[in-house]
Amino acid sequence: MTKRLEEKFGGAFLIAAALFFVVIMPSLNAFTSPDSALHISGFTLNLFGKFLAYAILALGLDLVWGYTGILSLGHGVFFGLGAYCMGMYLSLAIGAEGVYKSALPDFLVWNQVKELPLFWKPFYSFPFTLLAVVTVPALFAAGFGYLTFRTRIRGVYFAIITQALALSVWLVFNRNEMNLGGTNGLTGFKKILGLELNSAATQRGLYIATAIVLCGAYLLCRWIVSSRAGRILLAIRDAENRVLYSGYTPSNYKLFVFTVSAALAGVAGALYAPQVGIITPGRIGVLPSIEMVIWVAVGGRGTLIGAIVGAITVNWARSYLTSSFPDYWLYFQGGMFILVVHFMPDGIVGLVRRLPEFAKKLMSKRNRSGPSPSGDPSAAGD
Amino acid sequence: MANTILFMEDVSVTFDGFKALNKLNFSVDYGELRCVIGPNGAGKTTLLDVVTGKIRPDSGSVIFKETTHLDRMQQEEIANAGIGRKFQTPTIYENLTVRDNLELSAKQDKTVKAMLFGGITGPVSAKVNETLGIIGLEAKQSWRAGLLAHGEKQWLEIGMVVVQDPDLLLVDEPVAGMTESETQNTADLLKRIAEERSVLVIEHDMNFVHEIAKRVTVLHEGAVICEGSIDYVHADEQVIELYLGRG
Repeated sequence: MTKRLEEKFGGAFLIAAALFFVVIMPSLNAFTSPDSALHISGFTLNLFGKFLAYAILALGLDLVWGYTGILSLGHGVFFGLGAYCMGMYLSLAIGAEGVYKSALPDFLVWNQVKELPLFWKPFYSFPFTLLAVVTVPALFAAGFGYLTFRTRIRGVYFAIITQALALSVWLVFNRNEMNLGGTNGLTGFKKILGLELNSAATQRGLYIATAIVLCGAYLLCRWIVSSRAGRILLAIRDAENRVLYSGYTPSNYKLFVFTVSAALAGVAGALYAPQVGIITPGRIGVLPSIEMVIWVAVGGRGTLIGAIVGAITVNWARSYLTSSFPDYWLYFQGGMFILVVHFMPDGIVGLVRRLPEFAKKLMSKRNRSGPSPSGDPSAAGD
Repeated sequence: MANTILFMEDVSVTFDGFKALNKLNFSVDYGELRCVIGPNGAGKTTLLDVVTGKIRPDSGSVIFKETTHLDRMQQEEIANAGIGRKFQTPTIYENLTVRDNLELSAKQDKTVKAMLFGGITGPVSAKVNETLGIIGLEAKQSWRAGLLAHGEKQWLEIGMVVVQDPDLLLVDEPVAGMTESETQNTADLLKRIAEERSVLVIEHDMNFVHEIAKRVTVLHEGAVICEGSIDYVHADEQVIELYLGRG
């Protein structure tokens, strides 16, 4: 019955949610006076821009983990590649307005680099940057996936290798010799496409772009999971050997979905960088990669909407708790993960789906135990 | 040889010094329903692993339909060449419907691109309907496969292999854990399937073997020790000793 309800109202709910994030939220920011109860501040809107960027990544991670059963503990890497590509464009867009009044980004001057490294040069171009935020993480994932999936590395072993990947990429990006800002990363951005990055209008535009991209990412993922290939992904999760002996090449399917997922993570990173204003190796490493998995687990893996709900909920809780109770966030995050794994294996979405069932049970219990307040022992059996 | 669908010669497989298959010579004819029996560790499942490409033999050759060298192929290539395998424990896609399970298994273009952009073709659909009838799960075709009973899951998996339309079907202990009537149904099902293709069944249950097999091969310590009709095998002293000796 819940399924039927979902089929009936699911579409309407999704359209409403999309309208809310794409149109209503930025309108409440732009067209209401700051004193109005309905007003959404620039700060809040910016915060949600970050959450929605994370949600794009969570969608891709869910495709890989929730649908195909491949646990990746290295999605921070793909997020970082996208963010750094965008960061390089934004650093070059500063022009000579930096602290040292040089055409080079400040940290390069500080590191006594005299000339812009060759791999930086294409990032003067915004179209190239847009292309790079998708293709760099996608190609990296394709290469990595080709080597691991083809050799039939699965399950825990794959998870450990992706974690090692996150660690090694984090180490590499920390090095000043990479000419990517070392531990400080890329920051001090001022302009995007000639517009003042910090103006309310630009930030609102970035928020709207993020919300639209999220809708597009959702539609893409939905198309994939509802295609016949999407059913093969589930089949690989449930019984990979059967898929293999049915004449499919599971490694090709895994490679496909892993690459799509990395591209989404890269796009998320590229939307994150200009809204947060900084990208550092700290966003790439092992810990952020694990956090991303937690978002999906909390929201409900194996459902696309769950990935979005999880990314927004966890990060919202995080920004609230880190400002109100800064010392307790880590405990809260750990506790939340344990709680979800133990009591809500299907996450928030699973819980909501079971609500009608719970309500029914509760109702029937109340009806049955009506006459005797202590409950009827004879009814305990059924 | 002209009449053999599967031909194995001098095949050896060693795991850490243990000879799972020891210069095995074995063949199956076109249209045959063959049973392979033998005590635990005789190499029955290893035999299937070698044929399906899961394990590469240390030596020897495995030839399918006279010209196809299976010992050099990938598992999915072997499957597409016309060999289907039913696993010992039911291995199905629990979260998909019974019908989806069959539709994905049917013979079709199985590349990512084809599955992303393509729909189900008429012949595939017809084949699925036919197979649903054979395995008797027409009424449950829209059920989630995980909800089926154990015996029904086994039949579904047999159906998933049959719908691939293989020329040779390998079945690993199909009636383990089945009730008596389920076992009988499975025997009928396999006999019906074997009308159109070669079937190789590995089984412990002697009553079941009696029911379905015309020819039986007895494996012991990785080699064939006896082959012939079920009565012939039953009368063989070495076989009696082997089975009685092990209780």
